[in-house]
Amino acid sequence: MADVTASPRSRAGQGLNLRLWLPLTWIVILICAAVFAPLVAPQDPLMQDLMMERLPPFFMDGSEPGFWLGTDSLGRDVLSRMIYGARIALFVSVIAATTTCLFGSALGLLAGYYGGWWDRVISRLVDIWMAFPPVLFAVLLVAVMGTGLTSVIAAIALIDWTRFARVIRAETMVQARMDYVDSARIGGARRLATLVTEILPNVLPTIIALLMLEMGIAIIVEAILSFVNLSISSDDPTWGSMIAEGRGAIHFAWWVLLFPLIALFFSVLSFSTLGEGLKKRFDPVLQ
Amino acid sequence: MTALFSIRDLHLSFPDRGNKPLFGPAPRIEVLKGLTLDIPEGRITGIVGESGSGKSTFGRVLVRLLDPDSGQVLFDGKDIATLDEEAILPLRRDLQMIFQDPMSSLNPRHRVWRLIAQPLKRYGRGGTKAQATEALARVGLPAAFADRYPHQLSGGQRQRVGIARAIALEPRFILADEIVSGLDVSSQAQVLMLLKQLAEEMGLTVAFISHDLSVIRHLCDNVVVLNHGEIVDAGPVAEVFENPQSEVTRKLLSAIPLPEMDDDWFND
Repeated sequence: MADVTASPRSRAGQGLNLRLWLPLTWIVILICAAVFAPLVAPQDPLMQDLMMERLPPFFMDGSEPGFWLGTDSLGRDVLSRMIYGARIALFVSVIAATTTCLFGSALGLLAGYYGGWWDRVISRLVDIWMAFPPVLFAVLLVAVMGTGLTSVIAAIALIDWTRFARVIRAETMVQARMDYVDSARIGGARRLATLVTEILPNVLPTIIALLMLEMGIAIIVEAILSFVNLSISSDDPTWGSMIAEGRGAIHFAWWVLLFPLIALFFSVLSFSTLGEGLKKRFDPVLQ
Repeated sequence: MTALFSIRDLHLSFPDRGNKPLFGPAPRIEVLKGLTLDIPEGRITGIVGESGSGKSTFGRVLVRLLDPDSGQVLFDGKDIATLDEEAILPLRRDLQMIFQDPMSSLNPRHRVWRLIAQPLKRYGRGGTKAQATEALARVGLPAAFADRYPHQLSGGQRQRVGIARAIALEPRFILADEIVSGLDVSSQAQVLMLLKQLAEEMGLTVAFISHDLSVIRHLCDNVVVLNHGEIVDAGPVAEVFENPQSEVTRKLLSAIPLPEMDDDWFND
């Protein structure tokens, strides 16, 4: 009998690793910045100094040491505010995305596996939900609940659970038709046990990819709500509020807007790329 | 000889969703049209038919993966056709199945030993890795395979795992649904010989579904020929092959490649 050993990693495998490691590096930097913000931030993010207003970043004439990415119109350090902003961005993305994921995936699994009334009720709910314009919905919700991080997280979860429910439902339906599901029933598994021990592990890569994508989306939604001043108070540094403040001064102090925008861009890109990378990494068949 | 299964006037239909009218229920397609037969205990019964003859559907009713519309399925004297999910569960240990495609019937996320041990655990018969290794040994696979994933095995090896999973529970009945149709010819012969040998050792009753009469002839004691959901021929293999009662059986028989070669073939 031929001995089957794991095949050596192919070229595609190495490309895959880079796609895994680059976003992971950025996210680790982000996490470190968020956790150790008081240690790594060169300045107090809230300290205003009108004598130091609109200092350019370090590579331009007229910059001051210690204010590496320049200052805004109130003389607050851009880099320090970005580092503290990472705290809020990460907190919102992790909590909101996880909540959304748990709620939406559970409904998707139930609808996809049990079908019948489960599916009809959940699918109609998704249809109705998706007919609301999401941004309007979020703004309305925050207006009713009041500004603050809790409202932002609730808004994200209430808007985006449909994404999980739809995708996971479809994926579960595909998996439920596979022979291994019948095989588990022959092997004595009850319906719910089949869903949890047989189908869920096969849907998990998709759930993880969606979760990562959702983390990126949550950062964007938080930034949008900050931009329109519906997140937390404008004193607290968030990337969205920095972009909003920088917008007015874009012609003579572009750094106030650009650097948080770059951080936002890389974070969202990293999360979605990492999601795809993890999906492939954890699939024993694709590996 | 006692019958392990007695099937009486079994009907089954599926809704035809393609032709569903705008209002009202979809019309139904009759797949099994009143089957009546016995499956003798301790024998291998072949179930043959062309695609769409209802042979796989019939098999799945025997292990109650499908619910019949009407009729009786007596397993060891007990009607299992109308039992609900909870009631069928303890009986399922005796009703095992080997699937056509071992790639999709073995969960790609579980290691081989877990695939074999999980049913043992669910039926309260242990479920250790040692038991799984023992079952692997019975189907001729080394213990090292226990830690592999299904995709790391060849087609024949996967199907052996499928057999190991079924026999580990020491069932009374095994449904083998086209178990060699996805394998190459040499693996086919090995898997069939293994199944026959295990069935004899364990005194198993096997329902062997196939569209290939040459396989049925070598493996089975009895044969049932299905066509469009009806039985057109049934009996001991030798009898049916010698004296087919229906046109369908004759057609299937003529599709078997001849085992003997004509000696004059070279001289012409």
